[in-house]
Amino acid sequence: MPVAAKNIIELDGVERHFGAVRALDGVNFAVRRGECIGLVGHNGAGKSTLMHILAGTGIADRGSVTVNGELQATYSVQRAQRLGIRCVFQELSLCPNLSVAENTRISHVSLRGIGWAKRAASLITKRLDEIFPGHGIEAGDIIGDLPIGKRQMVEVARAFTLTDDPLQLVILDEPTSSLDAHAAGQLLSFVRRSVAEGMSCILISHLLGEILDTSDRIVVMRDGKVVADGASSQFDRERLIETMGGAEARDATAAIAETPVSENAPVMVSARPAVQQGGTELLAREGEIVGLAGLAGHGQTRLLIDVFRASTRRQAGVSVAAPVALVAGDRQTDGVFPLWSIADNIGIRSLKGLRRGLFIAAEREKELAHSWQKRIGIRTPDMDNNILSLSGGNQQKALFARALGSDARIVLMDDPMRGVDVATKLEVYDLIRAEARAGRTFLWYTTETEELSNCDRVYVFRNGRIVAALDRSELTEERVIQSSFEEAAP
Amino acid sequence: MTADTLAASGSGRRGVNYARLLRTALPAISLAIILIGIAYLNPRAISYFGFNLMLNLAIPITLATIAQMFVITINELDLSIGNFVGFVGCVTATWLHDAPLIGISVLVLSVVIYAALGALIHIRNLPSIVVTLGMSFVWQGLAILILPKPGGAAPDWLQSFMGFQPPYVPFPILAAIVIALVMHFGLMRSSYGAVLRGAGGNGQAINRAGWSLLKTKIVMFGLAGVFGVISGMALIGITTSGDANIGNGYTLLSIAGVILGGGEFVGGRVSPIGAVIGSLTLALAASPLLTFMHVPPDWDVGANGIILIVVLAARALTGRKAD
Amino acid sequence: MPYLRQLMSKAWIWSYIGALIVWLAAIGYTHGYGAGAMVTNALSLAVFMVIVGIGQMFVVTLGPGNVDLSLPANIGLASAVAMKIMEGNDSMIAVGLIAALVSGTVIGIANYALIRVLRIPPIIATLSSSFIILSVDISYGRGLQIKPPDSFANFTNIQFLGIPILAIGGAILAVGAGLALQRMVYGRSVLAIGQNERAAWLAGISVERVRFLTYALSGTLGGIDGALLAGYFRGASVDIGDEYLLSSIAVVVIGGTSVAGGKANVPGIWGAALFLVLLQIMLNTFGVSPGLRLLLTGVIIVGVITVAGGQPATR
Repeated sequence: MPVAAKNIIELDGVERHFGAVRALDGVNFAVRRGECIGLVGHNGAGKSTLMHILAGTGIADRGSVTVNGELQATYSVQRAQRLGIRCVFQELSLCPNLSVAENTRISHVSLRGIGWAKRAASLITKRLDEIFPGHGIEAGDIIGDLPIGKRQMVEVARAFTLTDDPLQLVILDEPTSSLDAHAAGQLLSFVRRSVAEGMSCILISHLLGEILDTSDRIVVMRDGKVVADGASSQFDRERLIETMGGAEARDATAAIAETPVSENAPVMVSARPAVQQGGTELLAREGEIVGLAGLAGHGQTRLLIDVFRASTRRQAGVSVAAPVALVAGDRQTDGVFPLWSIADNIGIRSLKGLRRGLFIAAEREKELAHSWQKRIGIRTPDMDNNILSLSGGNQQKALFARALGSDARIVLMDDPMRGVDVATKLEVYDLIRAEARAGRTFLWYTTETEELSNCDRVYVFRNGRIVAALDRSELTEERVIQSSFEEAAP
Repeated sequence: MTADTLAASGSGRRGVNYARLLRTALPAISLAIILIGIAYLNPRAISYFGFNLMLNLAIPITLATIAQMFVITINELDLSIGNFVGFVGCVTATWLHDAPLIGISVLVLSVVIYAALGALIHIRNLPSIVVTLGMSFVWQGLAILILPKPGGAAPDWLQSFMGFQPPYVPFPILAAIVIALVMHFGLMRSSYGAVLRGAGGNGQAINRAGWSLLKTKIVMFGLAGVFGVISGMALIGITTSGDANIGNGYTLLSIAGVILGGGEFVGGRVSPIGAVIGSLTLALAASPLLTFMHVPPDWDVGANGIILIVVLAARALTGRKAD
Repeated sequence: MPYLRQLMSKAWIWSYIGALIVWLAAIGYTHGYGAGAMVTNALSLAVFMVIVGIGQMFVVTLGPGNVDLSLPANIGLASAVAMKIMEGNDSMIAVGLIAALVSGTVIGIANYALIRVLRIPPIIATLSSSFIILSVDISYGRGLQIKPPDSFANFTNIQFLGIPILAIGGAILAVGAGLALQRMVYGRSVLAIGQNERAAWLAGISVERVRFLTYALSGTLGGIDGALLAGYFRGASVDIGDEYLLSSIAVVVIGGTSVAGGKANVPGIWGAALFLVLLQIMLNTFGVSPGLRLLLTGVIIVGVITVAGGQPATR
């Protein structure tokens, strides 16, 4: 009895492959009652895949899932729900055309019959009040009308609502990325309270400070494996970064003594965020790598898009001096053409230049694809294969090749290393630095503070505005994170 | 996450609600404008008798619009509803009159077929535009086979029902109100209605929450079939005899009615009350208004087009920011 | 053998096989009588479907929700314009053709304006404009049945060894469309927009310009079709284009173009057009009643699309 009741859920030797990619490479993972586990790892380490398996939205190719001591032969989302395991993913699973209360009803089959709307409303409002006091959300608000921060709050609160099914384990995948500092703090203290009352929680976050403060136990993942698992008191920031695999990256970049770009180099990009008060603006000179940092969703992508727009038409507050290309971070919505081959995906930005007369020359297309396959190291037997046959990291490389293979002198990068393995990242960093030395200008938005060490200068964003501009010499992770929360600082 | 938290530039809660209110009221405003136009041009039309006459054929159109609304809610389109109504009309004017049992079974079977189409579309992941396009041929062919030439007769009970003259409120208006209220409560206020609409808004989320998307498609297409049947029967009740081509214009009218009423093709955003109002607007504008305005009959059809454009342009002005 | 397998793997081959089967069934019924005439007839009629089918293909490929429902009205108006301008004079043939073409282009541009400026969904925009065009056509082409100039009508009916000259023109058009699709920046842009509009914009494609060109092209092809139809059938009429609403979409889909956008197939349009036309001819040959003909056509369309299946969800 004691052993069975101890672990809510156990994963044994779980493997998950996506084509050639080993997203999970033999993982043993267990969650006990009343504990908060912090799960850390770089983008592409396998955290999200692991969560999908735990929550029942993904099926393991190999290995077993045991819940409350019972081996699960057919594990699914419905089964997980009934056993009390819920998950809040990064892609919101709310229906934008329905209200907050209606979305609550969707999660709970028992909310029906006369008066269901009132019950659903009180259920969700109660939770919202408990987790995020002062939230300002009404049960009748339509999700599509709410800003993303409030949507995230609803999503989180909904996961914690109780009707018939028990609630044993809640998985939160980067829950604070869309919340402001205040709401983030509220959520984390609620997590601690619930854990003290016997619930369990898995917290995935890039903000190592959050993880260290909130979790009892920390699990570190790297390249599909669990590489560390221990009480959070055993870890500190340095040890976490080292275990995650950051050390090599640090060493690699530290070794290169970059000569700073001359003050006389021409300004390629000047951009002021739309809501900026005062004269602060982003400046990028030829050959510079300029970073955009701060909590996710605080205006960085918006500014990149403004810069992109400025290349084809007049944009207030923004000016660019050369053609612009963008490397998307959200491959599925912003980058990949899923029906096309790798070669076609690469060539699409350069079509005009590949023409001979009226028509696109097939040989020149092939040549472009092959030269970039070599240069950036895309691992595939045939560039005419469909792009989805590539691993996530290689798909991202193809998107890089698209931008770098074009005539663009300014390259914007919208958090492009999401879901990419460490090895790929290092290859691409080298390439970016080489291109910058050759005269290309880069604007780089990233959610991994590590990567900012590649930059000559970093602008930190908060609520759509630039709040800090840090030169290479002042660049430390502490300063970046501090600036990210600057408003909330006492 | 690359989505921006505060990109909703400037519009606070109040701003959003005001725009939303205006959008919701748009169908009613359009209808009001048309009614005012009619009242100005021909005051006698605003009477019990006048409304009865003008909105006579509105009921079948409204019912067909509701049928289309169900399909549009789940991000599909039914290009066969017009021909289906024609088919039902032919069945009503023949079998339902001569051999009621056969007539009823045929009508029930056709609803089953509609529901089955929903299942087919889901299982094989087919584009509804093409499937319903093919079915439009099927229904039209069947209608012609049943009634090669206009004829037949409506069952007596149907005629008297459709000819009912309630006190104070003209029958078409009463029927429209009833339909609107029932649909509103069914789709917008019921707990299962939320699930159905959710399927149109984010099917993946509904699926993850454990609901069956297959079932929602079957239910919605089945409901479309049911309302198509009611529409066809109502039509024959009014015209008293059948004609294979009688429903041909209904497909486009029904689509227009849903959109006029504030519905959108994708996203599960529809309004039953809006759809009813939209169909009434089209019914009024289609003939009576134009007759009173002495618009040449050549321009009957064109006027429908212009009305659609004007209303949709107005909606664009009050609309949500295009992303 | 490997060559045969490669041929069979091409999606569009099935529509040609279907056309062949239907033709064989028809001449089987007549014991071979009139086989050649059937083919010639089919080629002539199929061309009109192909011309607007190509326009519709580009529109549909732009992505879900894009369709041109104004084609029938467009064709009707263009036929009236062509006939009225030509007025039976040989010297006015060129002018009449250009006028019909311009009429179609204007309609295409007007459609785009409704979609872009007034932000009306393409289905409703093209539907509304079709209502308006219809009314324009009715009042413009008031009653008079104007005959085409003799040489124009004869020209549209010329045949080389049983192959109609229009069909040759249609084949050339198809080749051009295929080249535009695969080997020109325009075609690639359409395919990109259909797969992922946002990614296409971020990859530097001028999405609105491509959309404008596509709707204008569809309109123009409708205009050409109207003029040619008036010549072939020796007269214009308001409803001369009615059947092309459904058939323009059907040949596109049956021919292998995806309604979800991003994937287009030109040879398939010819195959599907031949298939549909021969299907009608076969049913006529069997002496099937109009009602049954419609029923069977519908059942076959649904059957074909069911067997082919839809595009698997990309998520």
